Amino acid sequence: MKILVPVKRVVDYNVKVRVKADGTGVETAGVKMSMNPFDEIAIEEAVRLKEKGVATEIVAISIGVAACSETIRTALAMGADRGVLVETDMAVEPIAVAKMLKALVEKEQPQLVILGKQAIDDDMSATGQMLAALLGWPQGTFASKVAVENGGITVTREVDGGLETVALTLPAVVTTDLRLNEPRYASLPNIRKARKKPIETMKPADLGVDPTPRLTVLRVTEPPKRRAGQKVGSVAELVMKLRTEAKVI
Amino acid sequence: MTTLVLLDYDSLGIKQPSRSAVAAAAKLGDIHVLVTGKGIEAAAAAAAKLPGVSRVFVADGDDYANTLAETLAALLVAMAPNYTHLMAAATASGKNIMPRVAALLDSQPISDIAGVEDADTFIRPIYAGNALVTVKSSDPIKVITVRAASFDPVAGEGGSASIEPAPTVSLPGHSKFVSAELSKSERPELTAARIVVSGGRGMQNGENFKLLDPLADRLGAAVGASRAAVDAGFVPNDYQVGQTGKIVAPELYVAIGISGAIQHLAGMKDSKVIVAINKDEEAPIFQVADYGLVQDLFTALPELQAELEKA
Repeated sequence: MKILVPVKRVVDYNVKVRVKADGTGVETAGVKMSMNPFDEIAIEEAVRLKEKGVATEIVAISIGVAACSETIRTALAMGADRGVLVETDMAVEPIAVAKMLKALVEKEQPQLVILGKQAIDDDMSATGQMLAALLGWPQGTFASKVAVENGGITVTREVDGGLETVALTLPAVVTTDLRLNEPRYASLPNIRKARKKPIETMKPADLGVDPTPRLTVLRVTEPPKRRAGQKVGSVAELVMKLRTEAKVI
Repeated sequence: MTTLVLLDYDSLGIKQPSRSAVAAAAKLGDIHVLVTGKGIEAAAAAAAKLPGVSRVFVADGDDYANTLAETLAALLVAMAPNYTHLMAAATASGKNIMPRVAALLDSQPISDIAGVEDADTFIRPIYAGNALVTVKSSDPIKVITVRAASFDPVAGEGGSASIEPAPTVSLPGHSKFVSAELSKSERPELTAARIVVSGGRGMQNGENFKLLDPLADRLGAAVGASRAAVDAGFVPNDYQVGQTGKIVAPELYVAIGISGAIQHLAGMKDSKVIVAINKDEEAPIFQVADYGLVQDLFTALPELQAELEKA
């Protein structure tokens, strides 16, 4: 079966972002960009399914600026077979992304779409659920274990009190949580091979989607700063202060 | 203008994150709520007592025995035309269900709001809480999840809403619940606890993590963990506090052997009082701690236990 994996180019998780002085967003100029960490887990899971003989082809999709092709190359180096870049300079919201992915699903006819559970830039955690809804497919979100069997897929999900297992018919949408797998590093030969793998480029209009945002950003601000407090010299002093000064115990 | 809030409950009543979602809805106007499950008269009665709620809709039956996003979304979409806002707490279940609802209504969800400016305008954290964005929605029905730590929950008593059945809708059958493995604990839930004691990579292994148990028991605290501790396999993922785990804002947060990565701070920096115990005095956690103790946790923990016993 074919698997689609959307991958997002985001500010690297190690970068401490700074809000722009004019309050329009965060500083991204000259900042290191990487594949969203949860999307790496999604690619890894797809590659493992291919190694097991469950998947036959993996298509990595990225939606955004031209440089997203680098993110696709990373996915190709990890083991995806080909890429699709939907190029736009607009900041695209999950609803528009989900609509574009739906159009690509209709074209590509995969049995499974695996996405990261959230992107670490906008922290929306919405695209996978929205894509499943638009397709009328079942969803297995926040997956920590995935098993394709008997024409369906069993997904163990991270929920607030522990784990929950659901059985879904295929085709289906899965979103990845941290413990699903540990993504591999691409080897040098695979990075070289990835340069030869094809990436098709298109525009949102080619997919019939208007990416105009529904949410207008009025301003972006720094959160209130928390001041560092005091160092205490001993456990006894700590407990005394928690009792008499902070009065929390 | 009326908001429909999807509630989570347990044997003790309506859960605290859901009561925080009701508090967020109270800033907008009339509030109706929805409870779903099987044999849930008690939950419906508890929902009817929430202050500010005027109507409780109950979907009770086999179809709702488990909280499946596909089922709940179908129900919420059927009810949506009567509402301007649909809300749920930003819990694992709210985050699973609400974006699906939004897509079916052709609405861009507004996830994890930390503030309500007006009926269209909301504040939400982005980049692990390192920035706050104020967004104005142009969608006729707003679909929202609420960051519980940002809204004081409404009380469990004081209201007297009517209770009525939710509409009957045809439900999709392409997903089914198989099983659940829930952590069994006598301790309070992380997102509702007054005190949270969390361990990080400094705990070194899962066995050492148990050193936190007597401390948590003494304080009546929940036990949490950093992502590093979860990644290292010391504890299950439902312990995780941070950008990709749970967001907590207890009165006292005790971070033990936690360095203070950005993604962890995102989950706890709204706590009222933060204590950090770490042997590395350069650890970033000290930059947000009200009380910092530079000491090896393995000597500090027994001392702390002994000191607390003195009372």
